[in-house]
Amino acid sequence: MLVLSRKKDESIMIGDQIEIKILAVEGEQIKLGIVAPKTVKVHRSEVFEAIQAQNREALSASSSFLEQLKKK
Amino acid sequence: MKITTKFLGEVEIVEKDILTFEQGLLGLESHKRFVLLPISEEHPLALLQSVEQVEIGFVVAYPFSFKKDYSFDLSEEDLEQLQIENEEDVITYAIVTMKETLQDSTINLLAPLVINMDEKCGKQIVLQDNKSYPLRYPMQSLEGSVK
Repeated sequence: MLVLSRKKDESIMIGDQIEIKILAVEGEQIKLGIVAPKTVKVHRSEVFEAIQAQNREALSASSSFLEQLKKK
Repeated sequence: MKITTKFLGEVEIVEKDILTFEQGLLGLESHKRFVLLPISEEHPLALLQSVEQVEIGFVVAYPFSFKKDYSFDLSEEDLEQLQIENEEDVITYAIVTMKETLQDSTINLLAPLVINMDEKCGKQIVLQDNKSYPLRYPMQSLEGSVK
């Protein structure tokens, strides 16, 4: 992993088009500004992790309600 | 060809019905080939079944039956990856997390499955954070047509 130190109002470039700027540092929280082309999706990584977990949960679920549907 | 499905026993499918999810589903990237099989005529539900592995089968729901105003825009990248030319070729499903009863079950509106039925390819897309489209949206709102 590349590690860079940045101060408030400094930024980094990823490739030619993606800029990540430190907008504010407030205690444990850091506010980032992200400038990227529309085609680049930006998500909090927790969102991805939550979806992965939900997909796995959906797979492991029981079929009992399907059986209920069939009985009707 | 015959495949064994998670909930529907053995089912005869044809090669041209196989949908390719090039990137797999989130957290399950190695499974790329699925078929969409109807579960019952009365309910807006289907089974998205891996053609390679019987355990990999998701119950999916037609999301608009549960949330009428569900809508989102596809990114240029998604349109390109799914080779979408006509809106009519696209069908959207939401993955169901089944519980003991339909009332306790939820559908995932945050990361819908977008399928181009013409090109036979699909993708699980992630919508931007949006409180109206949660990861666990209760299915109970279907009540009218279930009972």
